[in-house]
Amino acid sequence: MKEPLRITLLRHAVLLLFVAISLYPVLNVVSISLRPGDRLRSTDLAIIPPDWTFESYVKLFTQQPFLRWLGNSLVVSGVVTLTGVALASTAGYAFSRFRFIGRKATMLAILTTQMFPATMLLLPLYVLIAKLGLVDTWLGLMVFYTATALPFCVWQMKGFYDTIPASLEEAARIDGCSRAQAFWHVVLPLATPGLVITALFSFMTAWSEYIVAAQVMQDESMFTLPLGIKGFQASLSSQWGLYAAASILVSIPVVAVFLAFSKYLVNGLTVGSVKE
Amino acid sequence: MATVTIRDLHKRYAEGFHAVRGISLDIADGEFLVLVGPSGCGKSTTLRMVAGLEEVTSGEIRIGDRVINDVAPGDRDIAMVFQNYALYPHLSVRENMAFGLKMRGTPTPEIDRRVADAAAALSIEHLLARRPRELSGGQRQRVAVGRAIVREPEVFLFDEPLSNLDAKLRVQMRAELARLHRRLGTTVIYVTHDQVEAMTLGDRIVLMNHGVIQQIDAPLAIYRRPANRFVASFIGSPTMNFFPGVIRDGAFVVKGDAARLPLGPDAARLPQGPAVLGVRPEDLVVTGDAVPFTTAVIEVAEQMGHETLAHVSVGGSSHVVRVPGDRAASPGDRLSLGVRPGGVHLFAADDEGRRLN
Repeated sequence: MKEPLRITLLRHAVLLLFVAISLYPVLNVVSISLRPGDRLRSTDLAIIPPDWTFESYVKLFTQQPFLRWLGNSLVVSGVVTLTGVALASTAGYAFSRFRFIGRKATMLAILTTQMFPATMLLLPLYVLIAKLGLVDTWLGLMVFYTATALPFCVWQMKGFYDTIPASLEEAARIDGCSRAQAFWHVVLPLATPGLVITALFSFMTAWSEYIVAAQVMQDESMFTLPLGIKGFQASLSSQWGLYAAASILVSIPVVAVFLAFSKYLVNGLTVGSVKE
Repeated sequence: MATVTIRDLHKRYAEGFHAVRGISLDIADGEFLVLVGPSGCGKSTTLRMVAGLEEVTSGEIRIGDRVINDVAPGDRDIAMVFQNYALYPHLSVRENMAFGLKMRGTPTPEIDRRVADAAAALSIEHLLARRPRELSGGQRQRVAVGRAIVREPEVFLFDEPLSNLDAKLRVQMRAELARLHRRLGTTVIYVTHDQVEAMTLGDRIVLMNHGVIQQIDAPLAIYRRPANRFVASFIGSPTMNFFPGVIRDGAFVVKGDAARLPLGPDAARLPQGPAVLGVRPEDLVVTGDAVPFTTAVIEVAEQMGHETLAHVSVGGSSHVVRVPGDRAASPGDRLSLGVRPGGVHLFAADDEGRRLN
């Protein structure tokens, strides 16, 4: 059915409004990062200032330990992602397929941890990490991030496995697979969208986290990106150019990872396997 | 190829449900055995225990001379076709069929040869590169069967393989499965709730109810001499007519003296007292050499073309009579009914309903 013209116009107007709302801050940051010096405020409306320069970007790499922070962040986020995927994919499977004593209680307990805001857990977790001697170590951050991201991921994977018919695994076992092989050859490939969401979520949790990192990390050479960038915002003179340039660079990997994974986010991988 | 022996098999679930209650069966090498019964009768559970997908609570299952109670499903040398096909959606048809062989480390040329043979036998060669989601229901079922036959197992297990197909396809696949069994000669255990499949496919039928075997026999033997009222009502379509009443003075008298059927020389051996008379619709005939039974008025006439199913009321309950299609039968007509000799089934009036004659 053809849509009346005014409805089309109205729809596009609303969409444009939201695009503008989401793009404005990003463009603003891009603009600031291209300005020479530390001009945060400007009466100029041009997105690309007339006297634009890559000076802030160059400085980030030459005069600041930006690369070091980037490396730190990549290591921490990478490990958190890998552990998150490994643990959530197996724990979720157990919750979905096995009936064991304490199954419901454990699942509820995991859910309960999600009810507390992370800031509330900050102190007890910090004490834990301090007692374990993990302050100022990557391991401390990794444990912290994995612990906060896992509950959601486990539930998410469990929900995903619930949609994979049990008869597929049974067919695999009759075809000669052990339980573990059936999991590896049949269940995991079908759970790809779930794994991708788990991976993205774990990665983002670790990549953009600031508050916890600020507690655990004290040595500047161990800083992750959010910590390092915050350092540009000093009390007397903030280095807005560097701040903006770094912000842009930080968001690139996230966008790239998301784009790379989004094609796996299609659902309905199991279509055609069984007749419902 | 192999025999399958089941001895005193029980399945009790953790929540206490006693699904299978002491089943014993001897399945001959190359036999096509059908397990049939209403849903929840334990037929699928029995099959799944043979497959190794359910643990055996007690009892013994042997394939050949080997006790397989604790053997992993993949090591039992069986193949199974599932009701919902259970094809691996992320693999092509070829990979689906090759999967089991690959897991067993069969050499690639051998896999290719066997997949090609099976595909040819099922006329699915042109589908080998496709994914399951690109196939129709009938094609998926063929692939599922193909995946089972490439394995060349000792025993085939079928768990209601045709119940998801439409009526026409089901008839076609049924004939195809019969042909396949004749060609391969492999032992088959086939579970269905459909009595037509059971009658047409099985060398023998095992009829189950409430986890217990009701009768084991060749299809026609079960049809002609059902062991109890449950079997009599389950096999045959339309179902057998049942008339509650009493055996008295050498005759069966329908409740409320609505009708009377002389039992002839058999009567002397039958216990006097309450009983249930069973007569199949085709044995309840209008004229001929039948023993006269009653007269009844047609309430509803279902015209099928080759025959008309006339619903009549006798003794206050509704019964079905098969009238040949070339004979007029319309609502309101009065039929004088007789029972064909040999068409009399007498059952005990208790819940068990054991056969009396």
